[in-house]
Amino acid sequence: MLELLRQPWPWWVAGPAIGLTVPFLLVVGNRMLGISGTLRAACAAVAPGRAEYFRFDWRRAGAWNLVFALGVGLGGFIAVAFLGGGEATISAATQADLAALGLGPAQGLVPSELFSWASLITVPGFVALVLGGFLVGFGASYAGGCTSGHAIMGLADFQLPSLVAVIGFFVGGLAVTWFVLPLLLGGPA
Amino acid sequence: MIAYLLAGTWFGIVLTKAEIISWYRIQEMFRFQSLHMYLIIGSAVVVAAVALRLVRRYAPTALSGERIEVPSKSWGRGVRYPVGGVLFGAGWALTGACPGPLYALVGSGVTVVLVVIFAALLGTWSYGHLRPRLPH
Repeated sequence: MLELLRQPWPWWVAGPAIGLTVPFLLVVGNRMLGISGTLRAACAAVAPGRAEYFRFDWRRAGAWNLVFALGVGLGGFIAVAFLGGGEATISAATQADLAALGLGPAQGLVPSELFSWASLITVPGFVALVLGGFLVGFGASYAGGCTSGHAIMGLADFQLPSLVAVIGFFVGGLAVTWFVLPLLLGGPA
Repeated sequence: MIAYLLAGTWFGIVLTKAEIISWYRIQEMFRFQSLHMYLIIGSAVVVAAVALRLVRRYAPTALSGERIEVPSKSWGRGVRYPVGGVLFGAGWALTGACPGPLYALVGSGVTVVLVVIFAALLGTWSYGHLRPRLPH
């Protein structure tokens, strides 16, 4: 059994497993799947400032989400430490594209050229990690949800705003992938 | 709360084992060079949609005693979803991670992602303060 778990999980296991999180959270406590709410709750708990957006009862509305996120981190640890996670075998086409951008052969989950403490002081590393992170937080809050809240929960509930948001995710993602990354990685490091 | 911790742990294991937290997989998705991500998101949505119907029909009350309700998202002036969506997508492609995978990546040992999470908190904080001036 453990051997089976240690293999890469195919999409038809992983996709439905993610989908089942939705009814689980609903049945347990009438909670809607979403992760970016943790960012709002954390701001509300730590430094709400004067923004009305952070004046809500985060203990009641957001504590479950923070606990859920803690679990996600724990899950990442368990998967890598015990279940052989932490690798991704990507298509040859993508490997060739990334090599053309100057990224070494794919190893682990993230390219070390961008994701290391040392890379933070390089232009590409700073842009990818700090500006990218800022956009993730700003955009997810502005759009009222991220991949889990809109692409999974919202689409499953046939919400039109979620469809528009998901189309937006792809417009932004495609623009960065095809136009910004080549500039960023090709430029002076 | 234990149930939420377990659900999160499950979610994190799946995200990691399905390689969704991989920067490379996100690049592959935005380059249309594999169906992996599309099949995962697609099948997750289908399963969640069916489950949602079943829950509404057969178990309308949560274990907590509340009536299960999924509120509709308000459209407003129709600005926040496309604009916020595009900004989020740009961040998604740059970091190779959406918020869920960020937490899983830290757990998996990529500690520099703590900086990404901090930047995401800064982004959220900025949004919270600019919100009254932004169109929604």
